[in-house]
Formats: sequence, C-alpha cells, structure tokens
Amino acid sequence: MNEFVETLLELTWHEPKTSYDVVIIGGGGHGLATAYYLATRHGITNVAVIEADYIGSGNSGRNTAIIRANYGIPESIRFYNHSIELYRNLEDETGCWIMHANKGLIWMAHTETGMRAERSRVQLNNACGVETLLVDPMEIKRLCPQIDLTGGGRYPVLGASYHVPGSTARHDRVVWAYAQGAMQRGVHVIQGTAVTGLLRDGNRVVGVKTARGDIAAGMVMSAVGGDVSTIAAHAGLRLPVRTHPLQAFVTNGYAQGLGPIVSSTDLLCYVSQTARGQMLIGHEFERESSYSRQSSFQFLQSCSLKMAFLLPFVRNLKILRQWTGRCDISADFSPIMGFTGVDGLVITTGWGTWGFKGIPAGGEQMAELIATGRTPDLIAPFALSRFAADHPMADQGSTGTR
Amino acid sequence: MLTIICPNCGPRPVEEFRFGGELPVPPAHITSDADRDLDRVWMFTNVEGVQVERWFHDAGCHRWHTARRDTRLDRFVD
Repeated sequence: MNEFVETLLELTWHEPKTSYDVVIIGGGGHGLATAYYLATRHGITNVAVIEADYIGSGNSGRNTAIIRANYGIPESIRFYNHSIELYRNLEDETGCWIMHANKGLIWMAHTETGMRAERSRVQLNNACGVETLLVDPMEIKRLCPQIDLTGGGRYPVLGASYHVPGSTARHDRVVWAYAQGAMQRGVHVIQGTAVTGLLRDGNRVVGVKTARGDIAAGMVMSAVGGDVSTIAAHAGLRLPVRTHPLQAFVTNGYAQGLGPIVSSTDLLCYVSQTARGQMLIGHEFERESSYSRQSSFQFLQSCSLKMAFLLPFVRNLKILRQWTGRCDISADFSPIMGFTGVDGLVITTGWGTWGFKGIPAGGEQMAELIATGRTPDLIAPFALSRFAADHPMADQGSTGTR
Repeated sequence: MLTIICPNCGPRPVEEFRFGGELPVPPAHITSDADRDLDRVWMFTNVEGVQVERWFHDAGCHRWHTARRDTRLDRFVD
C-alpha cells in the first residue's frame, strides 16, 4: 500500500504484541473481513492480521473483481447470494466507497450442451431466490450491442443466462474498507511479516512463528491464498488443494461503454469494463499446478483471440498490463471453510478463482464460527470433513473453470 | 516451461502434453487403509518446491512419463 493511499484512510499500524485472542494469517479480503466482523458483530478486538507483504498484495489485488451468485448447486447459490447482499450494503456499513456497480452478467452458451447447462442453472437459481433469466440471442444483442452473435463465425451464440445481480467492485477498496473498519476498532494489522511456522502444544496449535518473533494465539485462522498447503503442513494437515496460476490482463480505455459483464463458459473467458474504461479480461486457471507468478505470451494470445471472436472491437485495443495470481483450487472446486480437525486452527481456503465474490460472506461466517465455536449453517456444507464423508460440493461448471 | 523432454520423443513444445498432476503418494505416517485411500483420492502435497508429477504426451508417443519440476520456477530438474 503506497503513501498516497494511506493518507486517504484512517489506518493505525501497530507493532506485534506477543499474544492475541485470534491471529489471522493473510491480510487479504478474507482475512481482513473476518477481523472486521469479529470486531463489529462479536466485539472481539484482540485480533491480529499478519500479512507477509502488504495488505491486498496477493489474490485480493489480482482478481477480476466480479461479484455473482449464479452457481449450479444450492449450497453455493445461497452462500454467494448472501455475499451479494453484504456487498450491496458494504458502502453504507463501512462508510468507504468500494465502487460497487450492478451491471448484470451475460453468461453465453455456444453449444446445445451449454444451453442445457444454462437452462438448469436458471431453474436452480430461481428456485433458490436468485434472479437469473434465460435470454435468447435477440435479447443478448439488446443487453450488449457489441457482442458478435456469430462468434466470429466459429462460436455462434445460442443463448445465455442473464444474472441480474451480477456486479463489480474495486478490489483494493474492498480490502481497505475492511482494514480500516477493523483497525478503527483496535485490530492490529501487521504487514511485511511472514509466518514461518505454527506454535504447537501437543496436537494443538497455540500461535504462529513469524520473522519478527513468536505470537501466541487462542485461535489461529489461515486465510492464506496460494501457499495454504505450506501453512497446513506446519500443523501436520494435508489439504485437498492444489495451487494453480491464473492470469488476467487489461487493455487501454474503450469509450463506448460495455454495459454488462460478458462471459462464456464454453470459451472460458470473461470481460468487464473497469471504472477507468479499461477492458478487464480473464481466463480459466492454468492446467499445470505451480507457485510461479510468471505471466505468459501464450495466455495473451489465446485469451485475446477468444475475446475477439465474441467482442470484435477488442481487436482495436492495446494490452496495457498482464499479471498472474496463485489460486488454491480445491479438489471439488468449492471453498473449504471451518474447523480442520486440529485444535486451535481454522481455515478458509480453496477460494480458487471465486474468492473475491465470497469475501463478505466468508468473513462474516468465519467470524461467527470463531466467536461462537460452532459452524454456521450457511458454511456447514463447505467443511473440510466433507471429503472424508464423501459429500464433495462439485460445481466445476460455475467457477470459471472446466 | 516451454519445452518438455519426452523420454520417447525428445524435447517437444509444452502444448503437446497433458498435465497429470502430482503422484498421489500418501505419507508414511498415515497407516489405516481408509485414511490412505482418502488421502490418495483427495489430498495433495502441493509442494512449493520439487514436485514429482506425471505428464502425458498427447500429440506424440501417447505415453505417460514421470518428471520432477520445481513449482516455484516452473523448471524441470533431474
């Protein structure tokens, strides 16, 4: 976080104490949101959030900032719909402008199989109280005139599901809103401090080892993105998570505004227009698991080609920046939240390519779990124990992956 | 990781291959059969370092081989 931004926010930095009630590893959206809700909803303020770099430097600052709930299983639809509601009120609640904009999301299908998936998605979304409509090509053209319905002659658009509450927000501002709200209530946010291990007492986790000394904790939560397997290994825990790179890029500004968020499950790419007018374009994660944040030309080539089929005007735009994040992809493509089976350690991970939209609900529910010591109903289906119980929450088709 | 050395075909571009993931080897301290099965099916070491993994040469010899790759650098090691 640079000095200019810091002058805009009411942030108070602290030196780490030797002991806290709750220590949260990872100063991204999920970690800071959990600290914020612990302080506001449960009055627990003896909390430290420990971040290896600066807050929001990981995936919270690298995602494509899309908020939606058009999932394919009821448990996920309910969870993400709750997140949408919290996002809607986040500006009022925190007093911070997060540049939240409701745009609608067009999720296109180019094959009959794809249409079948969208039809069932619409049915299930509506049954769970989420407004998603089945739209035909004429309606798509009305919602977004820039779309080439022939898909460049290769990917004809047969129809789409139109997710009405689909929206975007400025991802850094979400992180800062939660950081400011938490810090105003006495939460310590400690930047530039890597967690190098966990303090153990028998099987119980009783704190964290950091580059700046040991910190004892009544409860440790891992809200780490990407490196979660390493943190879990310190507690002797193995996770159903693999780390995959995910790339994205932005173009220069496009004056003729692209209204909705446009996405294609068959081509696995999505685009939205940022407040600055840039086209923010993302893709599915890389097939090969890796911790490298190397960006590639192959990605730019394949992703911009697909986008040019759907939105021909992007041919005239120039690519300004590209970047890579590390996603922790769970084995069933749903997040993993809650108790780990190791006393004193709770976890929120497996956020893969769908973590940003889950920040408010994930933080709120994890705060409740830590404060009350029991798993809230909304996230009970996402417990780590689901794999041993043979109840995976498989929903690959809704996660921007396939 | 632009080139992968296939034991049958020699150095070939990465696009010809399919990634098969890390070798599912449950750690020795997991002893019961049920826990080893659970680990083999669902859990990953996901190491930040040298990973032993499988590759399938889809557009070439159509055979699997095992390679060691440093996941921090995306480079194959011996």
